[in-house]
Amino acid sequence: MSLRNIGVVYRKELKDSLRDRRTVISMVVVPILLFPALTMGMGYLGAKMMTEAKQEVPEVMVVGGNDSPRLMEALKSNKKINAVPASDDYIAQISNKKVRAAVIIPANFDAAAERGEGKTIVIDYYEGEVKSQLAEKTIEDSLTDYREKLARQLVAARGVPGQLAKPFETDDENVAPPEKVAGSSLGGLIPYFVIILALTGAMYPAMDLTAGEKERGTMETILTSPVARTDLVLGKFFMVLTASMATAILSLSSMGVSFLFAKNTLDRLLSDEAHGVHFSIDPSAVLAVFVMILPLSVLFSAVLLAIALFAKSFREAQTYLSPLTIIVIMPAIIALLPGIELNSRTALIPILSTTLVCKELVGGSHPWGFITLIFFASCLYASIAIGVAVSLFNRESVLFRA
Amino acid sequence: MIDAQNLVKVFPGNKKRSPVRAVEGVSFNCGPGQIYGLLGANGAGKTTTLRMLATILEPTSGTAKIAGYDVVEEPEKVRAHVGFLSTATALYGRLTAKEMVEYFGRLHGLDEAQLAAAVTKLADTLEMNEFLDRRCEKLSTGMKQKVSIARTLVHDPPVMIFDEPTLGLDVMAARTIIGFIRQCRERGKTVIFSTHVMSEVEKLCDRVAIIHHGRILAQGTLSELRSQYGLHDLEDIFVEVVEGSEATVKVKA
Repeated sequence: MSLRNIGVVYRKELKDSLRDRRTVISMVVVPILLFPALTMGMGYLGAKMMTEAKQEVPEVMVVGGNDSPRLMEALKSNKKINAVPASDDYIAQISNKKVRAAVIIPANFDAAAERGEGKTIVIDYYEGEVKSQLAEKTIEDSLTDYREKLARQLVAARGVPGQLAKPFETDDENVAPPEKVAGSSLGGLIPYFVIILALTGAMYPAMDLTAGEKERGTMETILTSPVARTDLVLGKFFMVLTASMATAILSLSSMGVSFLFAKNTLDRLLSDEAHGVHFSIDPSAVLAVFVMILPLSVLFSAVLLAIALFAKSFREAQTYLSPLTIIVIMPAIIALLPGIELNSRTALIPILSTTLVCKELVGGSHPWGFITLIFFASCLYASIAIGVAVSLFNRESVLFRA
Repeated sequence: MIDAQNLVKVFPGNKKRSPVRAVEGVSFNCGPGQIYGLLGANGAGKTTTLRMLATILEPTSGTAKIAGYDVVEEPEKVRAHVGFLSTATALYGRLTAKEMVEYFGRLHGLDEAQLAAAVTKLADTLEMNEFLDRRCEKLSTGMKQKVSIARTLVHDPPVMIFDEPTLGLDVMAARTIIGFIRQCRERGKTVIFSTHVMSEVEKLCDRVAIIHHGRILAQGTLSELRSQYGLHDLEDIFVEVVEGSEATVKVKA
């Protein structure tokens, strides 16, 4: 192994790749544009839709209730809903999103309520429809208020202090620091994007430097040089790693900038009520994410190189490598599931462990034991993959596959 | 300079394919200032033999010494003393002609001063100056050929291996190559080349081997072969040798 030769090969591959438009697009343009597009686009749309949904006064149909004027009055006086008389096809109207919900009031409700007979009001809504769910919640809140008011009156009418109708109050308070809130909502998502980009950024150069060379007939040319095959493959490996890391770094930087920008815009855009996601991420957390993704990037580069090397043509390499994206997305998605946590078992699963630990890091906690374990486990997997790539490159049955 | 001893190459088979015995015991030698020609039909084992000499493939058994180095024991030393050119050795399209030659110079361990001198000299002798800074993908076939030649010569190797160098070239480009092979001999290099074109052998070769189904069936100088088979035309000799071997196979069967 000669460092000089690896360097010569690496510099040539770097120059060659940077002249290739497709490499530049996957390595530079996609990561720089993807994050602003995602954060601005998705964040803006999401926030806008939530605000709209909350600002909308939902139309609610009231079924029955003609004999219960006091309940009707309570519903109609609520400015947050627009109570209208029901048509016969109110269920279809809810399904078709013409109205958001319906309130079904039993006969003689007012009279029964005054006697304390618990009649049930049914609220029809459409589960999964955000606006319908919000309407349902507003109606329920409104009815709860009315029930409490009624209870106080009924109790008072019997000569008992009104407070006894509601003997205690509850209140909730969030104790998680703001970055922890961001960590759980966004934390899982950020490393996930960076990991996927670290893969996709390396994918194109990995194919170009192996199967691409076979296809263009330069593989045989380079094999006539006196440089050891191990040096050749390592030079190529470092180029693929560069592409992977460049993609990861650029996407992290672009992410930082777009979050800062998004924070300002979204804060202005969203009312307090709509309390948007808090975009407060510590720069040192971003750096830590980068350090954790480094061995993963090495692993990706080596695996991609080894697989692409086996292919005879670019197209064949694409067939082998495309499913890898899904294989990488799977652990990242699993990491987003509730209840999946870092433990001694998940810490040993590549990609999943990195996603989980990055989620912790972005969330502001530093489980040092796991960080060390995951870093070194990833390094181990990565070196095995490099070993495989090097040994494949030394096999002529792989280089000259018939 | 080239001494091949009983070279055998078997490409392992798999479930679908039976193993391919591409080369079955090829032996020959060739000295400095000589051109040795391997004449054979497609699939005769020419390319495989030359790839083994260039250490791109490893022999299944047998060995060869090139410039004193064993192709199995010291493949990197062998490659340092060989210039290998074939129609399969393409150029990097995104590098310029100059960068291409420089890259191979660096891979051969030349320092920057040696490299600059080598590039200047090659560009002058091969008349490459006008397209030196153009990307290889933009060059004409003839220009590409010159860059490939410069690439094989950048380390001034004592041994040159050409695998069907004129395949698919037009008359002018093929003439350039033929002229270049002759120059190599004049400069005292050991040259081996493969072809299925009889006229090239007649024009160039000091000695020739007729290779068929991985075996050398006849070898010698052109005049030796002519007197041995009592025929003048090389094509007639080739047909005689190949058909003779197949008749023998049939008799044995």
